[in-house]
Amino acid sequence: MDTDTMDEVAPIEIAKPQEAKRSAAGREVVFDTRDLSISYGKSLAVGGVTLKAYENLVTAIIGPSGCGKSTFLRSLNRMNDLIPGARVDGEVLYHDQNIYANGVDPVEVRRRIGMVFQKPNPFPKSIYDNVAWGLRVLGMKDGLDDRVQRALTQAALWDEVKDRLKKGAFGLSGGQQQRLCIARAIAVEPDVVLLDEPASALDPIATAKIEDLMHELKNDYTLVIVTHNMQQAARVADMTAFFSLERTESGGHGVLVEYDETQKIFTQPSDKRTEGYVTGRFG
Amino acid sequence: MAADPARSSLSLSPRTKRRKVVNAAMQTLATLAALSAVAVLAVVIYSVARRGLPALSWDFFTKTAATFGQSGGGVANALVGSFVIVGLATLMAVPVGILVALYVTEFAPPSLASATRLVLDILNGLPSIIVGIFVYGLLVIGSGQAAWKGSFAIAIIMLPLVARATQEVLGLVPSSLREGALALGASRWRTVLGVVLPTSIGGILTGTVLAVARGAGETAPLLFTTSIAANAVTWDPRQPVLSMPFDIFVLSESPDPADHARAWALGFVLIMFVLITSLIARLALVRYRKRLEG
Repeated sequence: MDTDTMDEVAPIEIAKPQEAKRSAAGREVVFDTRDLSISYGKSLAVGGVTLKAYENLVTAIIGPSGCGKSTFLRSLNRMNDLIPGARVDGEVLYHDQNIYANGVDPVEVRRRIGMVFQKPNPFPKSIYDNVAWGLRVLGMKDGLDDRVQRALTQAALWDEVKDRLKKGAFGLSGGQQQRLCIARAIAVEPDVVLLDEPASALDPIATAKIEDLMHELKNDYTLVIVTHNMQQAARVADMTAFFSLERTESGGHGVLVEYDETQKIFTQPSDKRTEGYVTGRFG
Repeated sequence: MAADPARSSLSLSPRTKRRKVVNAAMQTLATLAALSAVAVLAVVIYSVARRGLPALSWDFFTKTAATFGQSGGGVANALVGSFVIVGLATLMAVPVGILVALYVTEFAPPSLASATRLVLDILNGLPSIIVGIFVYGLLVIGSGQAAWKGSFAIAIIMLPLVARATQEVLGLVPSSLREGALALGASRWRTVLGVVLPTSIGGILTGTVLAVARGAGETAPLLFTTSIAANAVTWDPRQPVLSMPFDIFVLSESPDPADHARAWALGFVLIMFVLITSLIARLALVRYRKRLEG
């Protein structure tokens, strides 16, 4: 990987000022899942999730591996449609509209609800074109340069790449690539950004940058993040949902155990399983 | 406790000795088989080159066959004919082949995708003479031969090669790239056009070159479709034209020994064309794969 990147020379912040958590009170509901179950073929992956995600908040989904966190997240913008055999029961209301209703176009859903993936997946194009491609596809071509610059600035990447916009995206470090993917996702002006363990493939410094970014981005977007890193959830999320694996005769499936303000989930959870997980006794 | 001598002995028992002999014998046989495959290619190239190289000359490439009884002459009409036939066949086979591959990897439900793959394999195994007769019945009867009809037959041979090679490289495009594009609100087709195809263009070109090499060497599909040609250089695909492989046959049937030498020479040219294009394509594919996977 490139050695002359900014990631390596960034000062390490030992103690970060604790960001004030936002409250869900009075905020508009963006996602309202009702008894949402997702299965692959005959096996149930996630069962009966009922949860509300609020506007301009960071909602974190935590839980042990295999509890269906990512599956749940991907059902929020119909990315699961791409997996043959995936089936969704129940409802996902996005601003009161069921995104799985007949006549809803998944392409239109994904245009409003963007996604950032676990592993940085920049296109094999230049840095500029990575951001501009989505804009061109969606016909947002007026002031293309400005839009690209704005997105890269919002993703806290502009200063690092402004002199090499025409260079390939693969020359960036992993952390920069992930911020490029975030820039790409927000360039098309979505309403929501879903983040599927966006920092799990990154080193701690790059992770810290992504986390800082999330504090900024929630002013403009609604964020839902899946993470298996509890400290990360505690740092960035306003609301936290704890998923766990429920063992059944036919194997097991993910369930939502508890959903509350992050502060409460980590200090006084009401479910024993949540307490066990956040205090590190299992999971 | 006394140690079991049979267990503790490190020398070979009769049974293990036999295993060892069988192992060595099979290893030698396999090595010999591999060597003989290489040897066949070497011998073919050597013998064709030995007989054909003396006949290579400027006239050979620029002139058409001499009138009967006169010396000299060349195979220019066959070279141009092959160029026209294979060029047109490539124009027909490549777009369709790429679309078939896109259907299989990007659009088809899994069951239909594997069925299509099977059909492509069967098409690939179809004897080329059958393809020739099919095109003869479809296009030639009643209206006569033409270069483009030969191209159509060659295109049928090339189609599964292009489709399979393209499908293979499309399969190498990480699904995370498709997801990244779709998550932006791009349609499937825009994703294919903007991200999947540009990523795999190198591999598709390679597959095309391999198919061209194969198509250039096919004789049987041309037998019924474009073989009765005038002895003149023509670029018109509506006329029947001579091709390299068919001219090799024509020259070898000639009573003139100089024509036999020209047949060998043309054979050498054809082999070199196929060999060099295949080599370049394969090297390019290896490099391309490394880039995509690395």
